[in-house]
Amino acid sequence: MRIGYPQALLYYKYFPLWETFFQRLGAEVVFSGPTNKQILSAGALEAENELCLPVKVFYGHLLSLADKVDTIFIPRFVSVEKSAYTCPKFLGLPDMARAADVELPPIIDPTINWKLGWRQYAKTVLELGKEFTGNRVKIAAAYQAGVKALQTYQERIRAGATPVDILEGKEPPRGAATLKIGLAGHPYNIYDRHTSMNLIKRLREMGAEVLTGEMLPFDVIEKEADTLPKQIFWTYEREVVGSVFHWSRNHSVDGIIYVLAFPCGPDSLIQTLMEHEMRREGSTVPMMSLVIDEHSAEAGFLTRIEAFVDMLVRKKKLNARVTH
Amino acid sequence: MLMTFPQMGNLEYLLADILERLDIDYMAPPRTTAKTMALGTKHAPEFSCLPLKLNIGNFIEAMDAGADTLLMAGGKGPCRFGYYAELEERVLRDAGYDFDMLTIEPPTLGIAKFLKPIKRVSGKSTRQIWRVLREGFPKARGFDHLEKMALERRCFELTIGDTTKALKQARSGLARAKTPKEVGDAIEAGVDIIDSVPHDADRPVIKVGLVGEFYIILEPFVNFDIEEWLGHRGVYVSRSVYVTDWIGPSTKNPVAGTSDSALIDLAAPYLGHFVGGEGTASVAHAILYAQEGFDGIVHMFPFTCMPDTIAKAVMPRVSRDYDFPMIHFTIDEQTGKAGVVTRLEAFLDLLVSKRRARQYA
Repeated sequence: MRIGYPQALLYYKYFPLWETFFQRLGAEVVFSGPTNKQILSAGALEAENELCLPVKVFYGHLLSLADKVDTIFIPRFVSVEKSAYTCPKFLGLPDMARAADVELPPIIDPTINWKLGWRQYAKTVLELGKEFTGNRVKIAAAYQAGVKALQTYQERIRAGATPVDILEGKEPPRGAATLKIGLAGHPYNIYDRHTSMNLIKRLREMGAEVLTGEMLPFDVIEKEADTLPKQIFWTYEREVVGSVFHWSRNHSVDGIIYVLAFPCGPDSLIQTLMEHEMRREGSTVPMMSLVIDEHSAEAGFLTRIEAFVDMLVRKKKLNARVTH
Repeated sequence: MLMTFPQMGNLEYLLADILERLDIDYMAPPRTTAKTMALGTKHAPEFSCLPLKLNIGNFIEAMDAGADTLLMAGGKGPCRFGYYAELEERVLRDAGYDFDMLTIEPPTLGIAKFLKPIKRVSGKSTRQIWRVLREGFPKARGFDHLEKMALERRCFELTIGDTTKALKQARSGLARAKTPKEVGDAIEAGVDIIDSVPHDADRPVIKVGLVGEFYIILEPFVNFDIEEWLGHRGVYVSRSVYVTDWIGPSTKNPVAGTSDSALIDLAAPYLGHFVGGEGTASVAHAILYAQEGFDGIVHMFPFTCMPDTIAKAVMPRVSRDYDFPMIHFTIDEQTGKAGVVTRLEAFLDLLVSKRRARQYA
């Protein structure tokens, strides 16, 4: 069986797990490949007007897989931890896919909801595996192998490689960087080379080392995010907030670039939230927000990044002169 | 201490009544206007949803008039509404205001957590608060019932504007009622007032259901008073959301008349999981109106609203399966009345011709 796996949204977070899982169960996994101009325009055309950029991108990947595979894997991520949800768009993703005006092969849409506890999750995985084999031991082994693959992937990211490096089979650049930049934002925004206009590569070319939230241990992120009086009830936004707070409070980067997609619901709130908290704490780490959508043009984008990096370099030089 | 709260439809009556019973000084903010909108959009995050912007505008206008304590509801997601209070507090402090924020978390997150802030400001015991809520709620429900009655009668009135006048009179009678007996009498009197509006119940009418995000549906300023607009054109309007259904502790939605579990079952083939806010309800009510033989629905929600954007994305399937016309309005601070009205007129024309086609077939 050929399973289509759209290379969008939470793909960047979990793909090694499900890829390995399906392969171990004897299926062939077909990825839709990196986002390109065609995928983006097709997605923006098909998707509901007011949806956010990453979901439009998702539609594009969906369309590019539609006639190539026997089934498409669109998990319904309701929650990945007991105390929080994911974004509502993930809760309704398989339904939105089904409503697309295009002939789609059957959709595999397991509901992943950790609010219901690990027993329910184990049941979900087992049900998913039963589509391929009746052998429970085999399913469990496939899942174990998947978890291992995911751990290896996450360890490589924590060691400094971005998912983009891993996908391209490259090592992150080593050696002295003039600047350290914290790149905050959802993995599907910052690691999508097309919609982010190759931001990571560009920053590296400007001599910066790029750090992302996925490189930080989860307990650090959680501890920082939970300093807020009311816990953020979206897991992935909590991660963004936690990593930004960590960089800002520990001065572990020279500057932060926060990439958000238009018109992301949760991001619209946490942007203001983070700006307020950093101002209140008297943070000296500069942060720039970049909003991307399907109309983003390279020139305007580049100019702002260059100006920000120039400012960080000058600030660093100035600080060095003051302290000597 | 002078407490205030955001404006939203007839929510003002409910809160005023409960705060009075709790002996808390309060002032309702001025009704939402273009000025509220300007203040809100100036301070609120750029692509936050319209209700958040208007809440902020309401609070600023109330604080400029002397209020110093802001009453707001909390929540647990995944809709953004649950984080509104946190955001509003920060935005308003950044704007230089000094105030006390009173966030009431839903009782589903723990009764103690729900009662604590109310106890703090009112100095009342759990028992007293319970009594106030038990006596105040039927009155609030009364307002909703009167509103519903006016909504369903308006299209039959002989003189345009009579029903709205009668509703106003019925409401002010109920607002004065205090004891359970007075409330009961006032509701009955209100029903009689609306009932006595001269009308022609046999007049053929187009039937339209109003679904979508609660704030947009409930607040006439942002929906351009669509209920009256439709009613005055002889359109029978049914609404899926009422204030007390929305904040009510039961899941039966007595005013609108459906239960949450029935809605979930109805929406399931199109939306297999809740998505927060009114996502499921919008889809389910659309189906319900189709099954009840309505001519079409009007779906309204704020621009960038996550749950209802998902609902909109799946609703074309409902429309196809039930051969049921729908029109969607995404509302933000840029939305102009003329554009909405033009589209509504075209939509009504379509409904009329569709019904004629069916009659001749």
